[in-house]
Amino acid sequence: MSTPVTTAQRADTSASVGTPAPGGPSRAARRALFWIAMAILAVIFIAPLLWMLSTSLKGEQEATTLPLTWVPKSFDTSSYSKLLDVNSATPVLRWFFNSLIAGVANSVLIVCIDALAAYALARMDFRGKKTIFGGVVGTIFVPAFVFFVPNFLIVYQLGWLDTLWALIVPSAGGAFGVFFLRQFFIGLPRELEEACELDGANQWTIFWRVVLPLARPALATLAVLSFLSNWNDFLWPVYVLFSPQNLTLPAGLGNLQGAATTNYPLIMAGAVIASVPVLIIFVAAQRQIVASVARSGLKG
Amino acid sequence: MATTISAEADLAPEVLVKSPASARRRRGWRGTPYLFLGPFLLVFLGFVAVPAVYGFWISLHDYSFTLPLQPWVGFQNYIDLFTAGTRDAGDFWHSMEATGIFTVASVPFLMVCPLGIAMLLNAAFPGRTFFRAVFFAPYVLGVAVVGVLFRFMLDPTIGIVNFYLHKLGIDSAIPWTTQLPWAWVSLVAMTVWWTLGFNAIIYLAGLQDIPIDLYEAARVDGASRWQQFRFITLPGLRPVLLFVLTITILNSANMFGQSYLVTQGAPGQSTRTALMYIAQVGLGEYRQGMAAAMSYILAFILIIISLINFRVFRPAQEA
Repeated sequence: MSTPVTTAQRADTSASVGTPAPGGPSRAARRALFWIAMAILAVIFIAPLLWMLSTSLKGEQEATTLPLTWVPKSFDTSSYSKLLDVNSATPVLRWFFNSLIAGVANSVLIVCIDALAAYALARMDFRGKKTIFGGVVGTIFVPAFVFFVPNFLIVYQLGWLDTLWALIVPSAGGAFGVFFLRQFFIGLPRELEEACELDGANQWTIFWRVVLPLARPALATLAVLSFLSNWNDFLWPVYVLFSPQNLTLPAGLGNLQGAATTNYPLIMAGAVIASVPVLIIFVAAQRQIVASVARSGLKG
Repeated sequence: MATTISAEADLAPEVLVKSPASARRRRGWRGTPYLFLGPFLLVFLGFVAVPAVYGFWISLHDYSFTLPLQPWVGFQNYIDLFTAGTRDAGDFWHSMEATGIFTVASVPFLMVCPLGIAMLLNAAFPGRTFFRAVFFAPYVLGVAVVGVLFRFMLDPTIGIVNFYLHKLGIDSAIPWTTQLPWAWVSLVAMTVWWTLGFNAIIYLAGLQDIPIDLYEAARVDGASRWQQFRFITLPGLRPVLLFVLTITILNSANMFGQSYLVTQGAPGQSTRTALMYIAQVGLGEYRQGMAAAMSYILAFILIIISLINFRVFRPAQEA
């Protein structure tokens, strides 16, 4: 977990801003250009999100009247109250809790089973280890769509269509978490585990009492990444969930757009509700999320 | 794996002798590793390993779970897909073409723009973490939010994009979501906005892995910024570029939500991607046999493309 910090600090010393190339533009001009570029880019990335928020607080009339305004003339929260009404045809509050339940259950399941499997693959010797690890890792690059049709039929056989089980269990078979945690466990110093072994502790005790506490940052990162990808999953829930009260937020947003084609404040309010939790998680866990993405490239 | 072996060699001699008793004390019960692996393997086999094979089995049948019988048809689904005039061949290859157009149009932007951003971020300046977070933020939102947001912003009459274009003097309302080539421009632009941060972060890590001494030595030798980029940055990034290229092609070929939400395949079915068609046939019309055959064809093509990537990039890297 500390590696990204150190690399970031190292890069700070390689400042390329304001170091004039021979014969290039002056330091001040470069600096100005740099900040202008950063400002324009920041606006491009932030403005759409502000527009989403602003529109969600407008009345339907104001949102579709030119000229458009960034600040609503009269703050109108009726879109939110309409969406949060439990009896509406678009029960966003239900979708919110469906997404929350599926996301939390999925990420808890992933962390539990992946930690166990990754520890066995990192620290134990047993027959078939290489085959199992090779088989599991080999599936990382198999595109997800290959599994859609057969998993749809398996989920149907299990009676899980139109239930949250279809969102909680199948994606927990993914190899990423096992690979990710195995790398982390391999990097842990063995001395502690060996000391416990000499004291007569069994594998389970060592795993539970020694390894898991040490692995807390990695487990948290995996939990966050799993939650985000489950929360944002779109194609699968669109097709395995049917009943309006069983949808998750992304699938529901698609329906909302179909049902209220021009009521943009309503759709934007739904989008804001779907965005706020992930943005909060992102702000809280930004360092871990960015670090795990950054690492993926160096491994490749 | 190597660490496991070397660490064992450091153990006390009694373990190396491997008397049955000490071996048991050292490793615990033989079944323990399988108990640890069990829960994951169960889910992995049930929803990854078995489906990968089961899907192929389905593709050899005229499979539809709404029908009482699922007759074996051998490779007929595949043959149909390669025979002009059959029910799905035209639509399928049309959707493959849409995926191809999107991939070819989006990958260059998704390779170059994030690299530019990463190079801007690869410097010490106040607010660096903030800007990095801003560029990455759209990626955590998910395609549903980004899709409905862009659908709204690109609305021809009341969308904010045309509103500002009008202010700049472009009077004809551009049909961003209903006409070509605008529909492609929209889909590519929103994808770049949405996923740029992801590639930029990977590039940034790669840039920070390039030793600073190389740049310093080059500067001493009087290399220009372009020469430094061309002869130090690009070669240094080679493995990262290969990785980014491979996953970007895979992600672009997996495009679904953008078309589904923003253009709904319009105009006509021109922006209906392969994944949209596979999902429609297999998960919407319940013709699973045909849909499974289509997904294996697409997967096969993607594997070939990935292998070509590695072929093109690897030799030079070793040289």
